[in-house]
Amino acid sequence: MTGKAQAHSAAMASAWGARARLGLGMALRHRSIRVGGVLFGFVVLLAVFADLIAPFDPNKNNFRALLSAPDAVNIFGTDAFGRDILSRVIHGTRLSLLVGLLVVVATGVLGVILGTLTGYLRWLDGPVMRVMDGLMAFPGILLAIALAAVLGPSVANAALALTITFTPRTARIVRSSVLVLKEMPYVEAARACGASHTRLVLKHILPNALPPLIVQLTFVFSISILAEAVLSFMGVGPPPPTPSLGNIIAEGRSYIQEAPWVALTPGIAIAMSVLGLNIIGDGLRDTLDPRLRNL
Amino acid sequence: MTRYIFSRALSAIPVLFVVSLVTFLLMWLVPGDVASHIAGPDATEAELEAIRQRLQLDQPLHVQALHWYANLLRGDLGQSYLLHRPVLDAVVERLPVTLSLACMSLVLAVSFGVLLGVLAATKHDTWVDQVTMTGALLGLSLPDFWFGLVLIFFFAVGMGWFPTGGYTPFAESPLGWLRSMTLPAVTLAITQMGVIARMVRSSMLEQLGQDYIRTARAKGMPRGLVVFKHALRNALIPVITLVGIMTGLLLGGTVVIEVVYSLPGVGRLIIGAIQSRDYPIVQGGLLMTAAIFVFVNIAVDILYTIVDPRVRHDR
Repeated sequence: MTGKAQAHSAAMASAWGARARLGLGMALRHRSIRVGGVLFGFVVLLAVFADLIAPFDPNKNNFRALLSAPDAVNIFGTDAFGRDILSRVIHGTRLSLLVGLLVVVATGVLGVILGTLTGYLRWLDGPVMRVMDGLMAFPGILLAIALAAVLGPSVANAALALTITFTPRTARIVRSSVLVLKEMPYVEAARACGASHTRLVLKHILPNALPPLIVQLTFVFSISILAEAVLSFMGVGPPPPTPSLGNIIAEGRSYIQEAPWVALTPGIAIAMSVLGLNIIGDGLRDTLDPRLRNL
Repeated sequence: MTRYIFSRALSAIPVLFVVSLVTFLLMWLVPGDVASHIAGPDATEAELEAIRQRLQLDQPLHVQALHWYANLLRGDLGQSYLLHRPVLDAVVERLPVTLSLACMSLVLAVSFGVLLGVLAATKHDTWVDQVTMTGALLGLSLPDFWFGLVLIFFFAVGMGWFPTGGYTPFAESPLGWLRSMTLPAVTLAITQMGVIARMVRSSMLEQLGQDYIRTARAKGMPRGLVVFKHALRNALIPVITLVGIMTGLLLGGTVVIEVVYSLPGVGRLIIGAIQSRDYPIVQGGLLMTAAIFVFVNIAVDILYTIVDPRVRHDR
């Protein structure tokens, strides 16, 4: 690497780094990000340390305690196979977050690539965006269910189906930022100074297109958790006996009269994750998008 | 205006083209041999070949696609594998249940959402505001199918006020129909209500800070009148767009809710068809739902230009 290239990449890294530090500092001062962070952080801890925290093996049958009500041993009771609901919910939460994370990373990467290309290259904009519009014309959850059904029930396919469903929305947000930013005087100035297209996009355009994308991805995360539960509930997500939150609810649905704890407990875990993420998302929108501040 | 309506309607054509292409390709993604699935495990090779020929599965993909579009233009969505009837008939027959469920939830969500949003905005930064907005956030964070089970547990199993599921046609008993639709509509409305309440609140706050509101108050107009006659009218304009977006959420949501409450709508038809691998029904159901969504959005856009003439001049 030449000295100039090294200096260039160091400048680029410090520009991104400074932005990240500034953003994080601002974010942590925001009350709702702290509240949401605590709520979601608790769920993340449960998921990460699921093996240590869960009192039982989530798939271990116990035929002496079928559909037993919550007690000191099984805090949230057991299901029709005598499996411990608390342990299943903790492992299900791990799976939910895993799917959500996969979808966020995949839609984020695809959204940035597609959004930047369509925003920057005129000839590509029409055809790609027509396809995106077509995909967005389906009610999201219905498209995801159909895709997951066709792809076959598995964790990876659930994530893939949700990625296909949510990428158009993410790409659209990046595209609209890029469209505005590339006409800004400072980008024009950089271009006049002889900056390459790669440098313009990576150093000048993308860093400023990120804030709305980050806000959007928080909501993609929360919607993915909800949608994964729907896919499992409909029988097109990860197949039983995988302890996914939707599967547990689907199994508990048949016993809603005699053993309501089976179906009702997993919903609380879903609601906690989603609520935490939504509160964080609101806070991020306030700090990252000044136009919406104080609304 | 006529020109705008016309051009907006024309813009639906490429979208519908992509929508139908996606539904067609979905079928092609299906793993395994469709013919052997229809004929069952005991079919002979000759029988399988006959089915492949009848469904043109032996043709190359582009020929199949051409047939698909040719049939589509004639309003033919194909034949169901299992119901042995045209897909269009099966879907159209189920539409009233789905649409009435979606409309009921929309009415519930909009009326209560607007009310809560206005309440939160007028009581800005008080405990009323905080409680309403926390409730709205909680509402849109709940998994709707799970919330449906909670309602069933409390109000159907526990109180016995509503049936735990199933459908009574309106023609048979209007009261029975209302009873069978109330819990599903409430379930579906909860999430949307939260979204609308939040939107109305922020939109109202923006309006309440405007000069014309201060003028109206300064000349002695009662606060209630200012809020409802001036601010709300303007605050509702962005909400119209939201209704278009929400139609998508509602149409998707009905699928899930119909399964939870065993309602015979398009959603349950599609899910049943997915389970029995009756793919023409899945295709037809998806296509119809997406088409409704596209047309509602066109209607919303047109409505928007009528309500807010500024948009027309901007274009």
